[in-house]
Amino acid sequence: MPNTIHIPTPLRPFTDKKESVEVSGATVGELLKDLTTRHDGLKKHLYTDDGRLRNFVNVYLNDEDIRYLQKEQTPVKPGDSLSIVPSVAGGAISPTPQAEAEGGLS
Amino acid sequence: MGLLLEAGVADAIRAHGVETYPNECCGALYGRDGVVMATFALPNTTEEGPRRRFLVRPQDYRDAETRATAMGADLLGFYHSHPDHPARPSQYDLDHAWPFFSYVIVSVKAGVPEDMTSWRLQDDRSAFDQENLTHA
Repeated sequence: MPNTIHIPTPLRPFTDKKESVEVSGATVGELLKDLTTRHDGLKKHLYTDDGRLRNFVNVYLNDEDIRYLQKEQTPVKPGDSLSIVPSVAGGAISPTPQAEAEGGLS
Repeated sequence: MGLLLEAGVADAIRAHGVETYPNECCGALYGRDGVVMATFALPNTTEEGPRRRFLVRPQDYRDAETRATAMGADLLGFYHSHPDHPARPSQYDLDHAWPFFSYVIVSVKAGVPEDMTSWRLQDDRSAFDQENLTHA
């Protein structure tokens, strides 16, 4: 029985608009790796350049945050499902170089 | 690429920015095909100081997607305010941005709403592109 990963709205353009993708693997990390192998465009949005999950990317195994399990080493069973759930964050501090160049902060 | 705000949407975003001033507000944008039909105010749950940060928790994000499905609409993005700062994305905004979503920013200066802009993350995550923002 394959595993499924639920894809949030902003990542669906990279999964042919699919809300969930079937993947296989023995750990959370292997499932995510299978996902990014099948849908290459996802990798840079999920992982930093040094290969760590971005801190605003939340991954749930069934309904448990993997940070409170064994993170990406958490073993998975056939039929388990993963969900990628965004934290959405931002704020006014520190303009981008782009904004500064355009006369950003007043 | 552009974003059209239906009647009342811009006013709702501005009013939320005024209500939470001097703190940042945030909320979800609902609609379809680049047309925002409704907004939903969300709690700013940041623990880093709400005058300069906003955070939508994963559970609130999940609720936002569920609400979109119930409305028969798409979650098109999020809005937030920049109290006493321009309506331009910060490096922090860029570092935390998701693709596809529109990020609407309203500047609120001394409690008065001013410019409103909308931005989308470039595919390589290096910068935002400003998108044309129009009002119905």
